[in-house]
Amino acid sequence: MDLAYSQEDRAFRKKLRTWLKANLPKKDKSIRALPPHHPRRIQRAKAWQRTLYDAGYVALGWPKAYGGRGDDDVMHQTILNEELVLARAPSLIGASGLTMLGPTLLQVGSEDQKRRFLPPLLTADEIWCQGYSEPGAGSDLASLRTRAELVGDEFVVNGQKVWTSGAQYADWMFCLVRTDPDAPKHRGISYILIDMTTPGITVRPLVQMTGDAGFNEVFFENVHVPRANLVGELNQGWLVANATLFHERNMLGSTTRTQRMLHDLIRLARSHSRYGRPASEDPVIRHKLVALTERVEAMKYHSYRQLTNATKGRTPGVEVMVNKLVGTELNHDLCALALEIMNSYAPLNRGSAHVIDDGVWPYEFMFTLGLMIGGGTSQVQKNIISERGLGMPKSR
Amino acid sequence: MDFGLSEEQLLLQRSARNFLDTECPPAFVRALFDDAAGFSSELHPKMAGLGWTGLLVPEKFGGLGLRVLDMALLLEEMGRAALPGPFLFSSVLATYALMRGGSPAQKKAWLPRLAAGDALASVALLEASDRLDAAGVTLKARQTRDGYRLRGVKMFVPFAPLADLLLVAARTRGKGERGVSLVLVEKDAPGLSMRPLDTFDRTRRVYKVKFKDVPVAGFVGERDRGWKRLGELQDLAGVALAADSLGGAQKALDMAVEYTKVREQFGRPIASFQALKHMAAEAVSDIEPARSLVWYAAHAFDTRAREASRAASLAKARLGEVYARTTNTAVQMHGGIGFTWEHDLHVWFKRAKWNEFAFGDAGYHRERVAKFDGY
Repeated sequence: MDLAYSQEDRAFRKKLRTWLKANLPKKDKSIRALPPHHPRRIQRAKAWQRTLYDAGYVALGWPKAYGGRGDDDVMHQTILNEELVLARAPSLIGASGLTMLGPTLLQVGSEDQKRRFLPPLLTADEIWCQGYSEPGAGSDLASLRTRAELVGDEFVVNGQKVWTSGAQYADWMFCLVRTDPDAPKHRGISYILIDMTTPGITVRPLVQMTGDAGFNEVFFENVHVPRANLVGELNQGWLVANATLFHERNMLGSTTRTQRMLHDLIRLARSHSRYGRPASEDPVIRHKLVALTERVEAMKYHSYRQLTNATKGRTPGVEVMVNKLVGTELNHDLCALALEIMNSYAPLNRGSAHVIDDGVWPYEFMFTLGLMIGGGTSQVQKNIISERGLGMPKSR
Repeated sequence: MDFGLSEEQLLLQRSARNFLDTECPPAFVRALFDDAAGFSSELHPKMAGLGWTGLLVPEKFGGLGLRVLDMALLLEEMGRAALPGPFLFSSVLATYALMRGGSPAQKKAWLPRLAAGDALASVALLEASDRLDAAGVTLKARQTRDGYRLRGVKMFVPFAPLADLLLVAARTRGKGERGVSLVLVEKDAPGLSMRPLDTFDRTRRVYKVKFKDVPVAGFVGERDRGWKRLGELQDLAGVALAADSLGGAQKALDMAVEYTKVREQFGRPIASFQALKHMAAEAVSDIEPARSLVWYAAHAFDTRAREASRAASLAKARLGEVYARTTNTAVQMHGGIGFTWEHDLHVWFKRAKWNEFAFGDAGYHRERVAKFDGY
């Protein structure tokens, strides 16, 4: 056991830090006043991903042939993730393509699909959204009903998707559709790629409890999709999607972000007065802060442990299955304590007089609640952990 | 960056589990319930034979010279087996105190015997006030014509009658940190008397020990300067109990999951009910990250002195709660049978509560961490 980084890793980090210092987007007041999905914001976010890509810091592990760096050193990817968070860099607008579609195409996509779709995904020239959930297919995703009928060499798609993040500005959607309504539910699904400019697609924003319209409903009415946009085999979409769903669930949410949140929370507790003294001097608050510190530190070293297993090529076990459940609940609990510390100031919105930290805590408190639901609710996670991790039988 | 166990460490873990599965099954733990000393004089030499009693002891004193991380892995397995007896107090705490602060003569006299399993030791730190600060140490060590003599009472001394050597926190002057000394008392010293305190955790026996002008066999480290050493012991105990708790929590969960797979109600195994699955999933979600925290605390104790105390407190506070919560969950998952004396589960349920409060509860350790973190 050795927690020190190698000289090579330290050099990688140092170079990255220097680069970030010089290249992070400058703060722009005129942008901050704009609504969340204003075209200028989108442009700016795309430009940031492009800058990062040009410097060689996007998709390190992808093969060079498809625009990646061919650097599969997990330490580098980890250091990159850490430094982006520490520098408070904007998140990548192409994240769902980078983390979900990209790995899927690399695994099962055709050569043409890889060459066509991967390079613009990296440079943020094409933004992807995920078309999985439907009004009647949430936790029971495999019961989805959006129909894609194969007519000649085209699919004709009819139906509806929901909770589609970024559909307002996405250029493409990777989508699960029902191609065989007579087959058992897991065996009649296909994974297809849909151009969002195709006639027959309607995107309607959905407003979240935060007040943002981050996700959408997407309606399909006789939408024609070339058969060439099928990923993997016809009716094998469930397996195709699961390869990356597994990846998404086990992906360690950034523990660096959680550590930064704890750091900000302690700063808040020390600076904000509660019932006549700094909140950090209130014994109940102190106790809760350290209890959260224990959980944050545990996840930090838990991520190191998983990183070590990954570098040694060890098969992951139940320890990775808990990541989503533990990580999202921890982030939410951190925000909940912030609100408790802020007391009467907690409900103040961004922009209000006397607002603390620009309203980030109540916003994150709600946003992190969404993260506990999206990508499989905490309850679904517990089913997965107990069934796949502990071998408890499926419920009937 | 390598935050994983070495092949040797994995081997130690596996062999410890195999050995304890055979030598210390629940039936053995229960048989010792009724033993007056709560200790097996047959098992101890076997553990010594494997090098466990000398795991931390330098090779020149007959030990293996391994580190606290290795010891933590072993203690995790002992927690899993709910090993009764003084191992933690003798082979970990007292041994470490002698290694760190003992004079060359003390080391030579005691370390080889402790390592070989020929002698047992324990620690007498607490008093009736149950305080963990320096003001809690009031047992007086007074200089007399023929050396120092102890007068007063120590409480909650683990396995005191078995100890050939007692490491005692005593007051040599003043009331503060300066003036706390660590002294040695040998078995059967005149004026020494002890009385068992009947407790619910039968795997840890504690005693009230009275000192009536008991002769001091020697100081461990400098006189009046024992407080810092005591702090180290406190940290080591935190790491050790966190490791024991980790193993115990895992064992309780394993038992519960296994039971629900075979117990049928409504015509199916109760493990198929989500109410129970979710309890198990929550427990394992507590345990797995906590395992990483225990490794870190042990590793910090070995190599990162500036982080060691904080890490020990984080691990002690967290694991104390996780162990207690997991054993509680495990009893619930068992239903009525889990509440009986006949079932083994209460062994771990009770040990969890002992671990939670011994050497500082979560509230105590959290206050320490808050101070370390500047608030």
